[in-house]
Amino acid sequence: MYRYDEIDQAVVDQRVAQFRDQVSRRLSGELSEDEFKPLRLMNGLYLQLHAYMLRVAIPYGTLSAVQMRKLADIARRYDKGYAHFTTRQNLQYNWPKLEDTPDLLAELASVEMHAIQTSGNCIRNVTTDQFAGVAADEIDDPRVYAEVIRQWSTFHPEFSFLPRKFKIALTGAPHDRAAIKVHDIGLIVRRDDAGNLGFEVVVGGGQGRTPMIGKTIREFLPKAYLLSYLEAIMRVYNQYGRRDNMYKARIKILVHEIGAEKFAQEVEAEWEQIRHTATDIPPEEEARVRSFFSAPAYRRFDGTDAGFAAKKLEDRAFALWVRTNVVAHKQPGYAIANISLKPVGKPPGDATADQMDAVADLAEQFSFSEIRVTHEQNLVLPDVAEADLYALWQRLRDHGLATPNIGLISDIIACPGLDYCALANARSIPIAQQLSERFSDLDRQHDLGELRLKISGCINACGHHHVGHIGILGVDRKGEEYYQITLGGAADEDAAVGEIVGPAVASDELTDAIENIITTYVGLRQNGERFIDTYRRVGRAPFKERLYDAG
Amino acid sequence: MTLVRDREVITSPWPTAEIDGEVPILSLDDWNVRRDELRGGNAPLGIRLASDQGADTVADDVDRFSVIELEFPTFKDGRAYSTARLLRERHGFRGELRAVGNVLRDQLSFMHRCGFNAFEVDGEDAADQLRLALRELGAWYQWTGDGRPTAARLRRSGQTERVQG
Amino acid sequence: MDQIFTANRLTDGLVVYLTEAGDWSEDVNQSFVCANEDDLASYEKRAVEAAVARRIVEPYAIDVQRTAEGVRPVRYREVIRAFGPSIDYAPGAA
Repeated sequence: MYRYDEIDQAVVDQRVAQFRDQVSRRLSGELSEDEFKPLRLMNGLYLQLHAYMLRVAIPYGTLSAVQMRKLADIARRYDKGYAHFTTRQNLQYNWPKLEDTPDLLAELASVEMHAIQTSGNCIRNVTTDQFAGVAADEIDDPRVYAEVIRQWSTFHPEFSFLPRKFKIALTGAPHDRAAIKVHDIGLIVRRDDAGNLGFEVVVGGGQGRTPMIGKTIREFLPKAYLLSYLEAIMRVYNQYGRRDNMYKARIKILVHEIGAEKFAQEVEAEWEQIRHTATDIPPEEEARVRSFFSAPAYRRFDGTDAGFAAKKLEDRAFALWVRTNVVAHKQPGYAIANISLKPVGKPPGDATADQMDAVADLAEQFSFSEIRVTHEQNLVLPDVAEADLYALWQRLRDHGLATPNIGLISDIIACPGLDYCALANARSIPIAQQLSERFSDLDRQHDLGELRLKISGCINACGHHHVGHIGILGVDRKGEEYYQITLGGAADEDAAVGEIVGPAVASDELTDAIENIITTYVGLRQNGERFIDTYRRVGRAPFKERLYDAG
Repeated sequence: MTLVRDREVITSPWPTAEIDGEVPILSLDDWNVRRDELRGGNAPLGIRLASDQGADTVADDVDRFSVIELEFPTFKDGRAYSTARLLRERHGFRGELRAVGNVLRDQLSFMHRCGFNAFEVDGEDAADQLRLALRELGAWYQWTGDGRPTAARLRRSGQTERVQG
Repeated sequence: MDQIFTANRLTDGLVVYLTEAGDWSEDVNQSFVCANEDDLASYEKRAVEAAVARRIVEPYAIDVQRTAEGVRPVRYREVIRAFGPSIDYAPGAA
């Protein structure tokens, strides 16, 4: 993975010193809360319901074992012994003290980490495929470009006070695991007819109160022009994005209002003017970055490991885990192992400091010291030899980290909701807990197959409910928690915004309502089709009928 | 409000106005009305652009102005950062580019990188504020027209140790 | 409607309530319940002064009921603020 040089280290060290000064100016009274708030937000420090919350960037979801151990250490020393992995591949501490945050950031900087631009109207942490570099279907490693974008977007002097926050995601594989079409900019690595590498550029996707699927404004951008093209998009947005209404300030509204074609023309015209400046990085800099992502020293294996095949036959629990949590690796004899942070009845995405340490140990022992964080709030060990999978699984089980439910109904995305968040209207975590308990039967979950259930506690949609096969949105009805259900959303290359199925239901009726929808699906499905395929075939009507007529 | 210029604290690629406070500053509306009358003159002249008045509004006239003021109605309105870069890098403005309005100490280094070289800020210690702000970050990843080397250029020339940690 | 003043403490961000003596307590039951306009006005003044004095951040008044168990916020959001997340939330804490 990428390692900082003197420049990268200086940038984060200077940032810590700058924030230390800002905090001391706040505590001394030189800065009022109104003046300090934008400064702390630029460093990912929020004031939430119960306390401050610090959001730490995990650039493109990649962590070393050393970094994970530091995150665990911070959770113990500066928080209450746990942390929360988010849908943006970041990590949140829920209880840090303001007076401790400069020291906490210094701890992060000591392992090449930071909280820069995890909030505020700037370019946020760039996200990508959690299987980057190891996926069997990959065209090129997106981490190379993600790191280039990370550096370019860090303290960009022109684009730190945009109309609204700005999120870039990219995928190096045709199967989109990074939800790139619901980001402000989504990039898909492509090859042109001559075999050259570049990107399809998608702009104007997003969730929130106006969900939109991004539009392609360029089919193929040669990779050498990545930064100048991004800069052209940002400049058009910075000048013409709406600043009169924060709910209409995201780039998706600009693209929608002037049309994708007109927006593309503006970007192309701007790009023509800057594509020959020094905005883009030289090839040797790309090569330098790429060198950090070369493959580790894999052992050579011929065919599938015999012990691995035998264990799957002997141990049904292991076989179930392999079926959902283990994914094909590009290297023969290796596998990608997903670690579920969705055990039955627990808050989705939370991990204790002990679990984080355990993952760090296992990464060192089994996965070349590398860990990934997924936007679905799970972890990944990307480079595990098939021969080691059984031993890994046993160790994961000891720490409550071997739930075999990746991609199944209990692998729920949920935002922190009203239990933590100052913006929320309703709770998310207890809903996720109830649902994971109702559907805890593993045979039933495996029978239902792939089912993406996503819960948000307010319309800002941090829980991605718009793109859940089943989406749940918490709303406040005269002080009571109600939940609106959407169906048919998807976050992958066939991205779609879910449709509201009918009136919101009360919290004590929600689990039965979801059960009702599942029963309708099971009655309608043909030839083992997935929930989303059934929904696309039959539409909303039968689900709506069953749900509301029955009641 | 104090007007502080970068030449007081740093060697800068851009000249600042030599005549303090004596340059008349027109609004864009005034300039559009009096353009024919003033276009040919030599007397020092300045113009002030609101945040929604982009670089294009004066693109053909930049060489007539000694000073261009760009307004920040609130610190959150970042349009003038783009306007500044376009005036410097695309339209070749070589005069004094002033940041006025809600200009905060913690934004001065961003503004300077975009081409501003004079700043209207609160407080008597304006020069100290600017000096501190310009020192806070010693390395930058992005190219702008201000002449500072980017991280990629320092790496290519093996000068990464030049960056002060 | 009975009201109390709440805020977050500047240094650690924790939820606090304005007491009769003008201190800030983490215990909602220590809060001073304003039952009339005069109390509201005088305690609001104290809350604003405490924000200026950098003890607390963003004070505001909330509706409460006096019950046998003590002072209870009316809105669910404020119940969660007063008593913590509604879930088992710190499994790693000693």
